[in-house]
Amino acid sequence: MTSLSQGAAISVKDVHVQYRMNLQKNPTLKNTIVRLGRRERTVRVFEALDGVSFDVPHGKVMGVIGANGAGKSTLMRTVAGILAPSQGRIEVNGRVSTLLALGVGFNSALSGRENVTLGGLAAGLSRAEIKEKYAEISAFAEIEDFMDMPMRTYSSGMYSRLAFAVAVNMDPDILIIDEALSAGDAHFKKKASDKMAELVSKARTMLVVSHALGTIKELCDEAIWLHKGKLIRRGEPDEIIAAYTKFLQVGEDAITLEDF
Amino acid sequence: MSQARSSTAEDEYNGERHVYEPHRAGLPPLVPYFRELWRRRTFAFELSRTSMHAANTDTVFGQAWLVINPLLLSGVYYILVDIIGGGASKADPGAFFALLTSGLFLYYYITGSMSAGTTAVTQGGRLILNTSFPKMLLTVSTVYTAFRRFLPTLIVYFGIHLITGQKVGFHLLWLIPILIMATMMGLGLANLFATLQVYFRDTASFLPYVIRIWLYLSPVLWTIEMAKERAGKGGQMYQLLLTWSPINPMYGILGAQGEVLVGGTSPSWDLLAYGFGWSALILVAGSLLMMSREREFAVRL
Ligand SMILES: Nc1ncnc2c1ncn2[C@@H]1O[C@H](COP(=O)(O)OP(=O)(O)OP(=O)(O)O)[C@@H](O)[C@H]1O
Ligand SMILES: [Mg+2]
Repeated sequence: MTSLSQGAAISVKDVHVQYRMNLQKNPTLKNTIVRLGRRERTVRVFEALDGVSFDVPHGKVMGVIGANGAGKSTLMRTVAGILAPSQGRIEVNGRVSTLLALGVGFNSALSGRENVTLGGLAAGLSRAEIKEKYAEISAFAEIEDFMDMPMRTYSSGMYSRLAFAVAVNMDPDILIIDEALSAGDAHFKKKASDKMAELVSKARTMLVVSHALGTIKELCDEAIWLHKGKLIRRGEPDEIIAAYTKFLQVGEDAITLEDF
Repeated sequence: MSQARSSTAEDEYNGERHVYEPHRAGLPPLVPYFRELWRRRTFAFELSRTSMHAANTDTVFGQAWLVINPLLLSGVYYILVDIIGGGASKADPGAFFALLTSGLFLYYYITGSMSAGTTAVTQGGRLILNTSFPKMLLTVSTVYTAFRRFLPTLIVYFGIHLITGQKVGFHLLWLIPILIMATMMGLGLANLFATLQVYFRDTASFLPYVIRIWLYLSPVLWTIEMAKERAGKGGQMYQLLLTWSPINPMYGILGAQGEVLVGGTSPSWDLLAYGFGWSALILVAGSLLMMSREREFAVRL
């Protein structure tokens, strides 16, 4: 073990992630057999992350910004262990809780309570731990009355409230959040950002993706800017945001990314 | 030194340190994989409990239906084979009914695990997109559900066993290894087809045909003895069936169960060997296939 990885909560080294896209609209056995005769390539490989390296020290908050399709969500899912890197190495020290763009839930036919329990168990918590956190979660989300109803009866705001409540109340060492702070109404947004500030003050490690640059500026100790799967720049949030905003205004043509 | 090492291992056990790297040879490191699988086993039980609750299998009538359905089925097949088909065993209809029923129940336990397992991964969509966990938990859960659904039929079978006057004794303990083999095969098939289903979304719709044909080729509606007798009389189909039976993974398990329950003896070694060999092979092959592919599931769903 190197001293570098020991000190870091998250260490990402030269990570590449490839998506193999199946261009078939409907991947069925029948279609595959039927088109055997035609020599058409139906798989395209796409490099969504291209040699990204950085590390997040314990207790620090790292912001990730970048245009749509830059690979931010891909990075979050790889650090969470959901996607496999095709090259490189990721080391995560500590218990991770994730709040990804898709939110909690598993089966919308099941109730909120069942989804919270099953999601927690799958994430490796014990039944006792979930029971202990359960009241806190439903109180934080303020949807106690709906916890025993099927999740398909939830509004999308209720959905994201519950997702946020689960992620932040699981007492993680490391919290990975992908564009989920916009959850809910103004009241809940305030509550969510207070909770985030509280977690920051408790020295939790965080990896935050947001298009709300204000949030990044407020919360983060450091930021990285991804573009087309490459890490363009890393540094103080103010500096990175300034560079990114400039890039957004002038566009890719005017600025050669190599300048940075 | 050894202490330091064990503490690292424990950290990993608690999920405190994760390393993600490309898989060598396509497989995840096996020891941590199964350790995680074991650690999160409660999830499989809870998922099974929740889905049985959702399907109302945990009510009195739900339980009754679990029994009535296969009983009706064995009634139908009994009529088909014994009355219309010209009598499988005029000598002892009771014994034949017991054999038919026990065979059907076991056959539907194994294929039930398989068909429920097939959609286990594709239905776990959101969870797979958001959480990192050993995907085999999903198939383990469906096999556990299938086992819970199989248990009441086993009890009904023992009613039939007693009514038709089959032997009771210590030889019935052979049922335990037979059920273990059936479970291994069910899980192996579930892993295999769950993985195929991710790539080919119509896999599940082929299964009913597979299950039907496989039933006819397996010693459920016919007995090994009967086939031997008819093959001796020049029945070419039966000759073929017997020659090729050892490559039917169901042959050993079902044959062995028949010998134990209705034959009243311990099973013959060749049947046990076929049964164990096939269920171990299918379990290992199905599991390896799933483990080598499961990190792709998140992208494919
Ligand atoms: N399941 C998938 N299969 C194939 N390609 C994918 C898949 N998911 C994402 N991609 C591709 O990978 C690239 C990065 O996607 P990603 O979701 O990581 O972007 P992002 O930075 O999160 O964008 P956004 O700001 O819109 O959320 C995109 O070009 C996208 O087309
Ligand atoms: Mg995204």
